[in-house]
Amino acid sequence: MTALNPVAVLKGIFHPPPTPGVLGVFAHLDATVEAIGRLKAGGYQDCTVYSPIPRHELEDALAQRVSPVRMITLIGGIAGCAIGAWLTLYMSYDWPIVVGGKPVGSVPPYVVIMFEMTILFGALTTILGILFNALFAARRLGTVAWDPRFTNDKFGIFVPCEPKAAAAVEQLLRASGAEEVRRA
Amino acid sequence: MAQTTAPPPPPSPTQAPATRLTYDFVTRAIAQTLGHPGKGYFALLGSAVTLLAIGIICLLFLLRYGLGLAGYSHPVYWAVYITCFVFWVGIAHSGTLISAILFLFRSGWRTAIYRTAEAMTVFAVMTAALFPLIHIGRQWYFYWTLPYPNERGLWPNFKSPLIWDEFAIGTYFTVSTVFLIMGLIPDIAAVRDVVTGWRRRLYSLTALGWRGTNEQWRHYTRGYLYLAALATPLVLSVHSVVSWDFAMAIVPGWHATLFAPYFVAGAIYSGVAMVITLLVPIRKLFHLEDIITVHHFENLAKLCLLTGMIVSYSYVTENFVAWFSGNPHERAAFWYRAFGPFWWASWTMNICNGILPWLLWVKRVRTNIVALFVISIFVNIGMWFERFVIIAVSLAGEPFERWSNAGYNPTWADWGIMAGSFGWFFMWFLLFAKNFPAVSISEVKEVLAPPRRGRGRGGAA
Repeated sequence: MTALNPVAVLKGIFHPPPTPGVLGVFAHLDATVEAIGRLKAGGYQDCTVYSPIPRHELEDALAQRVSPVRMITLIGGIAGCAIGAWLTLYMSYDWPIVVGGKPVGSVPPYVVIMFEMTILFGALTTILGILFNALFAARRLGTVAWDPRFTNDKFGIFVPCEPKAAAAVEQLLRASGAEEVRRA
Repeated sequence: MAQTTAPPPPPSPTQAPATRLTYDFVTRAIAQTLGHPGKGYFALLGSAVTLLAIGIICLLFLLRYGLGLAGYSHPVYWAVYITCFVFWVGIAHSGTLISAILFLFRSGWRTAIYRTAEAMTVFAVMTAALFPLIHIGRQWYFYWTLPYPNERGLWPNFKSPLIWDEFAIGTYFTVSTVFLIMGLIPDIAAVRDVVTGWRRRLYSLTALGWRGTNEQWRHYTRGYLYLAALATPLVLSVHSVVSWDFAMAIVPGWHATLFAPYFVAGAIYSGVAMVITLLVPIRKLFHLEDIITVHHFENLAKLCLLTGMIVSYSYVTENFVAWFSGNPHERAAFWYRAFGPFWWASWTMNICNGILPWLLWVKRVRTNIVALFVISIFVNIGMWFERFVIIAVSLAGEPFERWSNAGYNPTWADWGIMAGSFGWFFMWFLLFAKNFPAVSISEVKEVLAPPRRGRGRGGAA
């Protein structure tokens, strides 16, 4: 029986082992799009594409679904509006003071607070949605091969595959116009 | 992120030679702004810190001896500090206009300047937020305005425009800050990958692990779109709420339904002028002439012209309505403004905001950076005096109780703290521009044609 080593477990979480696969570096956008098409046709659905800027061509080639961040924004906005309504009405009735013969909880001025809270909560939940989805919950983040040129002027595709299938993937990436291909 | 698929329009003669602009050129040109900035930068930073020190000294006197130093006299209890508050909130507005509203309109030219404008927004709101605190006199009780459970069971009065203002400014500061940080993440990552030493460690930490994967961009672009969509109504609401601080009261000169659009237009007008004031030295100090071109300045000047015309129109309307209403108090207030003891403030405002923007109809003025820089400074002087005239002069000329008017004049404590606020603002801005990319790297790349096979030159059009 092997004893559970806590250091190894933590290392597995914070420094996960690299995913085996092939990394292609591209200088041109159209070559990258072509490679994505060929990979999809070849059955490699699970690749990671790097680009210095977002491009619709890449999105279309990958046929991605729309990000769920918008749903988080909607929930945040509605929650903010409700909190704004609750805050103003509860606090008015908790210590009722009649001013100028107006109702204690008069909604028109409270719309301003409700509006501001809608925007505040909507924006903060959007940020949390982006951070959670894009930075913290991204699959295999930190385990797939990457190159610092991808934030400057190069595009990249990482294809996870078993070492024995790597030669075919390398061939495919080169044929599409990759200027550099390496195994990870 | 404006995702452009269409090819860019052919470069106009005023644009930088597009052939020089490649992805790599953009990254390096903007990353080099983080290197050694030269003597000019330190001279500016030194002046800003000196101004701030003057302001801090005046503030210490104010704290020790009380608001009597501020020159208040009945019925003028809102004066230079509230003027500065409205002025700085106004400055903040063009930043969000450029970063959010023009983003939704897909204006490609905004990419080179929006980061500067957005940073300016955050620092201007930081400056504005100081003034209600200075104005309340006993700064240590500021938390009384917050809705927190307390031993007397009291809550804020949500029917008061001052509480609306607190929520509007608080939301605006939070949202514009997160919007700025969000936009910075891909750029910090780009800089992280080309610099060395301690900067690399700093940017590795602040890039939050950004690598530009398709998953990251998928969530990021969608979220950014919604942030822009939320910031757009916010920016229009904030200065409307600030204007209601006045319009909800019955003081002649304040009580006008015109105030919300009038204040928003004035805010964008002064904000765009401040963007020009900041961009001219930044472009020069950091050698960004290839990225921030005359084309950008001309577009800013057009924005300034548009909002300047709205402001001029509002001045005419305001005076016309005062006369046309037949209300003697309203008429007296506007007569006092133009010909009373503060005539100099009113005419500074009228000349700088009502007459000066007409120069911008001339294309030669719009494309002359020195002329624009000078005009932008006068616009901001004019806009400061506009707020002073609306706030302090309306109160001083209040016709309901003229007998009690003890004669108001700003004092050295007022001017010193105002000067300090400029130092505070420019200090933060200069520190930001030196340490983080003051021009968006990824968005400037977005408006370039992407590198394609056959055309070879990574990024060239």
